[in-house]
Amino acid sequence: MKWVLIAIIVASTSIGEVLQAIGMRRHGEIRDFRPGALGRAAGSLARNSVVIGSVVAMAVAFFAYLGLLSVTDLSFAVPVTAITYVIETVLAKYVLNERVNWLRWVGAAIVLCGVALVSL
Amino acid sequence: MSPEAARLRLKTWLCSAIVVISNVAGNFFMKRGMPQHLAPLEYITVLFQPWVALGVLLLIVWLISRMTLLSWADLSYVLPVTSLGYVLVALLGRWLLDERITSTRWAGILLIVAGVALVGGGSAPQTFSRKPEHPS
Repeated sequence: MKWVLIAIIVASTSIGEVLQAIGMRRHGEIRDFRPGALGRAAGSLARNSVVIGSVVAMAVAFFAYLGLLSVTDLSFAVPVTAITYVIETVLAKYVLNERVNWLRWVGAAIVLCGVALVSL
Repeated sequence: MSPEAARLRLKTWLCSAIVVISNVAGNFFMKRGMPQHLAPLEYITVLFQPWVALGVLLLIVWLISRMTLLSWADLSYVLPVTSLGYVLVALLGRWLLDERITSTRWAGILLIVAGVALVGGGSAPQTFSRKPEHPS
């Protein structure tokens, strides 16, 4: 049960966050932080199918995470789901076409190790 | 650094701070209100438990601020930089809950801070090519 939940969390988090990045990039930089402009941005995002898909995927991840927390400790749940850092960095390079320089690869790897150590 | 790059960096840091703080506080309150075992129906009813509800509210702030951040910043930048939250959780545990920070945990904190410094200090927040300005 535990490992099924972890697989669901890792897959839906990675998919959801990449879709979120795609959707927001399509929308373009948010520059105007006045309430009216933010409301209009929210309105157009709510009709963006990629953004909707990302929210659905992240909701799945959220409920699976609730389930995981009810069967394991935070100190197990956190490091195990931190594997998404590496998966998402790879997806950022190949799906989102970001320029992932060596500093970012090293950074992502160091952060993964750090997260594992902090939560052990 | 050009004024445009400086503007983007300041905006990125401010927004990252909101992302980190809302995530840490949100998870803290959720964990605080969560019962030991969840029956299937309780997945819904637990959302009305006050601490869980506050946690969910903060996680909505987290979602919105993170989406805002991703509207201009790279995912491969946002991920490591917002992991500063793990450091905040460990420090809060020490200050608020009198948890001990073991040497393993300090080592992890140092690694995360180093990773964040590498990514945050070593590259611009945005490397993908900018699309023409969104008409608004």
